[in-house]
Order: sequence, then structure tokens, then C-alpha cells
Amino acid sequence: MNLEEYKGVYVFAQQVDNCINSIAFELIGKGKDLAADLGTEVTAVLVGSDVKGLADELAEYGADKVIVVDDPELKEYRTEPYAHALASVIEKYKPEIFLVGATAIGRDLGPRVSARVHTGLTADCTVLEIGDFPINPIPGREQKHNQLLMTRPAFGGNTIATIACPDFRPQMATVRPGVMQKKDRVVGAKAVVEEFNPGFTPDHKYVEILEVVKAVSDTVDIMDAKILVSGGRGVGSAENFKLLEDLAEVLGATVSCSRAVVDAGWKSKDLQVGQTGKTVRPNVYFAIGISGAIQHLAGMEESDIIIAINKDETAPIFDAADYGIVGDLNKILPALTEKLKAEMANKN
Amino acid sequence: MKIVVCIKQVPDTKGGVKFNPDGTLDRAAMMTIMNPDDKAGLEAALRLKDQYGAEVTVITMGLPKAEDVLREAMAMGADKGILVTDRVLGGADTWATSQTLAGAIRNLEYDLIITGRQAIDGDTAQVGPQISEHLDIPVISYAQKIEIDGDSVVVERQYDDRYHVLKAKMPCLVTALAELNEPRYMTPGGIFDACNAEIIVWGRDKLVDVEDSNLGLKGSPTQIAKASDKVKKGAGEKVTLDPTESVDYIIGKLKEKHVI
Repeated sequence: MNLEEYKGVYVFAQQVDNCINSIAFELIGKGKDLAADLGTEVTAVLVGSDVKGLADELAEYGADKVIVVDDPELKEYRTEPYAHALASVIEKYKPEIFLVGATAIGRDLGPRVSARVHTGLTADCTVLEIGDFPINPIPGREQKHNQLLMTRPAFGGNTIATIACPDFRPQMATVRPGVMQKKDRVVGAKAVVEEFNPGFTPDHKYVEILEVVKAVSDTVDIMDAKILVSGGRGVGSAENFKLLEDLAEVLGATVSCSRAVVDAGWKSKDLQVGQTGKTVRPNVYFAIGISGAIQHLAGMEESDIIIAINKDETAPIFDAADYGIVGDLNKILPALTEKLKAEMANKN
Repeated sequence: MKIVVCIKQVPDTKGGVKFNPDGTLDRAAMMTIMNPDDKAGLEAALRLKDQYGAEVTVITMGLPKAEDVLREAMAMGADKGILVTDRVLGGADTWATSQTLAGAIRNLEYDLIITGRQAIDGDTAQVGPQISEHLDIPVISYAQKIEIDGDSVVVERQYDDRYHVLKAKMPCLVTALAELNEPRYMTPGGIFDACNAEIIVWGRDKLVDVEDSNLGLKGSPTQIAKASDKVKKGAGEKVTLDPTESVDYIIGKLKEKHVI
């Protein structure tokens, strides 16, 4: 592998139902910073069926070039045709860096692609930067410059590791949604758009989609919420989440939950915060009846203000909270909701 | 039907994570468990065994002590346990790990391979899909339901706001979510049998179609540049007040921070 042949920062522009996922813009935003350090450009790879019209939106968020892989076989996400699309793009265009969102789709697709093109893949990165590897010079060992240094939490966020991929290209990472910043949208910005179709012939690795079942949900995505009222096992029952919903309504907040709540069947998976759920960074995060397992903290500790209510004064959530109240949520929440209603009424 | 289940022995983080004085993880002080997603995968395989009479082989790569997790799987009902262990396999990243497991699995007959979605120590969710790539078979990730339909497997694959019902011809690899099922307990008879059962131990020489350059630390494309303990945000205030005072306290803070 001649590493010098590999140029440019590429990002997978994930779309579902011909709607671009926010992670695509976040990756372009981070990709711009990395490309600036390397003196190169950002290319978005758009894969789907009838998706060419979405290229302009990627340009407006900063993509210099968009490669469109458009084929009827790519209508719904399936691992094999999508892996074939990305692996073919990598073989043809030889990118130096390839970023994929650490979404359900990206975490399925990334490993398959990296295994096909034989390169390393670092999962769930939260920091990406260009630097030297090894970071400090080691006598007798070559120090490589302009390497992608990929930082990720491990062990439920208790340790962090910085990973490099010095001898293989592209340097691949999946990136945690909600962590990287998008660039401001420049309406009317254009990118070079190139269509590429490597050919899609169904083989034994193509799976058949029998049915697509969408969960009926009218709730706001918890990753977009400014204030989250989040409940854990301590809430006690699905019915008792009413207390949190009432508080959320007064504050214009959204209700989320911990894994224990999903496991108990009280709330759906799309509301789950944490290592196996979503990473959130709201202005205010209410942790109500949440003990604060490390897997949960990994998904919310970047929140600006964390307010915890728990009756167990030894709960680990208090170590992460800015304001911790040891007390009974069943007594505090209704009173808080009433008082806030009065406060809001006075204000208006 | 023959099913291979890949399992991993991981430190149990439920009781909290323990640290050495220098801030690194004290793995020796932590209990080990069968990785939860893998255990759900094993349970799914055992249910197919109950239903169709499948033969279930569990396989793990690790240090010799990982034998314990194989015995646990056999006490739950797995028929065979294979430990892949060799000094040259140490320090493997997901590429080298998946190469190793694929090389071991090539010795076996299989219709279905089940892995957990991800292990709680690394959380990468890469090894399952990478094994499928090396073996050139389809993969279905995040299974929340697995059924057999003739020579095919029908799986509900979970996504954020939806799930797909997918059908793939076997052989196929499926990655399981812990939510898939409630794993069974080991039975006393099973524990007794598993204690006496033979664990098959394979080293490097048993791996089929794998080059040395793809194994262990040397075969790992990713390399650690730096590892450290996460700097914890300091704890804030903690108060114990009666409900009315608690409400005033919270509202005071929300005003102070201009939230309301």
C-alpha cells in the first residue's frame, strides 16, 4: 500500500428516506478543520436511490465535492450494497481519511467496509485531530507526521484512548453523533458533484427486506432538546413518568430516560441516554431517580447544567451533578411543577 | 442445524470500576462475566437448539482463564466449547481479532454464527461484522428477534425509529442485542457436566487461511497513541432539604443560570 497515493478527507453522508442525517453535517464540519490542517478538501459520499438532489444541501454545509452513488438497490439501508458502494469509492478515489457517523447504520457499515479494504477503524470517536505518531519521538522509531489521531472513550467512559492508524489507508473512524460542530449553512454554496456507480448485482450477501416497521413517534429527538427531564429506575413505573412529563411541559423540555427504563419497557429505546443509547448535551439535564451508572454518565456528562434528584445520597449521579438534591422525587416533582407554573405565569 | 456463538469474557462494570493507585483500571480486582450481548446471543442459539435440535458450539479468544466463560456457556446448554489462545494473538485490535476468530471458525461447519453486538469493555461493535466479511457471508446486526424459515434466517433488526424484518440465506452471521431475550440460568446438572467437560484449546496452528501479518499486536492496523483515565468533572453541590425547600433551591438555580 502506497500511503502517499491517498488524499483528501471523505465523509459518509448518511441519509434515511432521502433526508440527510444531521451527523453528515457534523462530519463535514469536523472534516473541514482536518482538511485545513492537511491542505486538502472535504468530499461527502452520498449513497441511496434518487438522492442526487440532496447534494446541494451538503455543499451548503461545507462539502467541497460530493460523490453520488445512486442505484435502486440502495433505497433502504442494507449492509452489503452500502458496503460495496463505500469500498468501491475508497478503491477508486483513495481517500486519506474516511469518517462515518457512529449511528446504528454507521456502526454496522463501518466495520464491514474497513474489513473489505483492510484498514483500521476506530469506533465512537469524540475527538479527532491531526498530529504526530508516536505523539512523542521514540529513538530508533520513525515519527510519522500528519496522522489522524482518534480519541474515544472506553469502559463506559471511564478511560479514554487515542488511536492512530499509521500504516494503512484510509484512516477510518466512526464519530459519535452530537459531538462535532456543524459549520454555519451558506445558502447557495455549490460543490463539484460527481456520479459514480460501481454496479450492484445482488449476490448471496444481499439480504431481503420483508418489512420496514417505523415506530410511531411524535416526540422531539432527545439530541436536539435544550432541556431534558430524564428518568431512571427510581421513577418506579411507566405511569409515574407522568410527573416528569408534567414538569417537562412547563419547562418546554423533553423527557428522556436511562437504560433500566427501556429494559423495563416503560419507555422506548429512542429516548434512552447513555453508552448504548444517545449522547446528549442539553443546557439543562434533570436526572431524576437515575443512579448514574458509568454507561449513563457517558451519554450526558457534557450537559451544561446537571440537576439530580435521588433519594439515595450515595448514588454516583451526585458526583456528576452540578446541583444534587437528596430527596423523594414523588414529593419534589409535583411541587416543583406547580411552583414553576406560577413563576411562568408571573413572567408572562 | 449447526450454530457457532462467539462470546467474550469481560470485566463486570456493574459493581463500579476499580482503579489502581496510578489511575489505570484494576482488572484483577474486578469480577469477570460473560459479555451481556453475547449471553443474549447464546440464549438465542439455545432456544433454536430447543426448537430445532441445533448443535451449539461456543468459541472465545482470550487468555487461558477465559475457559471459565466457556464452562458457563456449557452449563447453560452449549454442546462444545473452544478456546482460541496463543501468545502471538495478544494485543489484537478488532481487525486482528476478527481474523483470528474467522480463521478458527473455518474449521467448523456452521449454518448460523451469532455474536453479541458489542462488548462492554471496548464497545466497538466491529468484530461481528468483520468476521462475516472475512468469511464472505451476510451479516444482520442488532437482532431483536431471530427465527428460522427453511434454509433462511428471519431477523428483526433494530434501528432508532424503526426495525427491518430481514431474511438471509444461511450461512449468515447475526449480532444480538442484550434486549433480545432473558438468558436462562445454569442448571445444577449443567454445572456438574460443564465442570467435567473437555474444553477444546486451539492455538495459532489451528487457524485456517490467516497470515501471521494479520494476527496480534503486529497485525493490528490501529495502534494506541495514548491512553489515560478520564478527567472527572468535580462534583457540584449536594443538599438534603425538605420538598418545599428543594423546590425553592432548584428554582433559585434555574434563575441564577437564566434558564427561566
